[in-house]
Amino acid sequence: MASKIYPDAKSALEGLTFDGMTVMAGGFGLCGIPENLIAALRDTGTTGITAISNNAGVDGFGLGALLNTRQIKKMISSYVGENKEFERQYLSGELELEFNPQGTLAERIRAGGAGIPGFYTATGVGTLVAEGKELKEFNGKTYVLETGLVADLSIVKAWKADERGNLVFRKTARNFNPMMATAGKVCVVEVEEIVPVGSLDPDSIHTPGVYVDRMIKGTFEKRIEQRTVRQRASETAAAGTEN
Amino acid sequence: MPWTRDQLAERAAKELKDGFYVNLGIGIPTLVANHIPQGMTVTFQSENGMLGMGPFPYEDEVDPDLINAGKQTITELPETAYFSSSDSFAMIRGGHIDLTILGAMEVAENGDIANWMIPGKLVKGMGGAMDLVAGVKKVVVVMEHANKHGESKVLKACTLPLTGTQVVSLIISTLGVFEVKSDGSGLRLIELAPDVTLEEIAAKTEAAYEVAI
Repeated sequence: MASKIYPDAKSALEGLTFDGMTVMAGGFGLCGIPENLIAALRDTGTTGITAISNNAGVDGFGLGALLNTRQIKKMISSYVGENKEFERQYLSGELELEFNPQGTLAERIRAGGAGIPGFYTATGVGTLVAEGKELKEFNGKTYVLETGLVADLSIVKAWKADERGNLVFRKTARNFNPMMATAGKVCVVEVEEIVPVGSLDPDSIHTPGVYVDRMIKGTFEKRIEQRTVRQRASETAAAGTEN
Repeated sequence: MPWTRDQLAERAAKELKDGFYVNLGIGIPTLVANHIPQGMTVTFQSENGMLGMGPFPYEDEVDPDLINAGKQTITELPETAYFSSSDSFAMIRGGHIDLTILGAMEVAENGDIANWMIPGKLVKGMGGAMDLVAGVKKVVVVMEHANKHGESKVLKACTLPLTGTQVVSLIISTLGVFEVKSDGSGLRLIELAPDVTLEEIAAKTEAAYEVAI
């Protein structure tokens, strides 16, 4: 079989992008985002993108990089607003925005990847989210019909991959990445390390290689949005005596 | 004297029970973790994919792959489990989380809650709030009793777009504690903050309630 491993992000996206396409990008905030593939997507100059991603990055980083260049037409997200350029484009009507509850967004993607066109959830019943959607009662409780989501391309960040594309994620950098890997017509993955087949424990694979079409070994900045730390008691005491 | 932010968190912590799995919202609810009663085991869920959240890291422990739902750096515990966002919301939506403690802009006497958007202002999104109020077994709100214009946030009916309908079971405001009756028949005032009088709370509350102190 042909190798799934590509030399860099640019070559991994070759032939996959077109104007008006839908792209899913993994990550929660800036944690676990496919930094390398987002930058390469920006460099393709593709426009009119519908981006499905929980958040919209920050100014100039993550999906924020594609907002600065006006390549995104519409975002489907659960929470945005860490991003001034996003705010400006949204308020001026240049950018369309569809808010989904975070769990509904996650399940829409999971369902899309699993061949399930729709599902009922109690989330959002009686709110703006349910307006215009079919409601149905099950056991006396009302649920709203939500549809599965698929994309032309999903770009995903994992920690490790073996040469066949079996993936392992790390800590909370997993988030939306595993579902998105299943819901793109083509899935391109960037990882920190590609290891030989046989070196990952088969019982510990998070995403089986069947979902992965192409992959690269990336280099990562891993920016932190809210660096929050505590001080050791000894440091606090030292700080106290200095004053 | 109305309760301070920290006292609100301390009061909310009385809703914790041994063995509970709990999701805390951003802001005052986060402070509840500082008030877990001695000898009680409570496991905190973070909806970005973590069960068993530890304290903030020391400077040399900061890991960009390890954050909470507020995007703050955090640490793991020996019992920590990580999972995807869809697994996380399966836990939440499927009723496996015992308690969530959230902030709110408005709560109504039937248990409706509004905490995600103000029309005309920039809307950041609901994040996981709608899933939490729809799926978690018990929803507790901690909030200021009045908004910055001095108007009651405990209302007959919410005026802002809703996050969920008939989902709140307890309101802990800066002035006191209200139970939302499970049969939908309204509120019951069960506690007052120190030195807050029934007259004061009556003057500052729009919602109808019965007094059960």
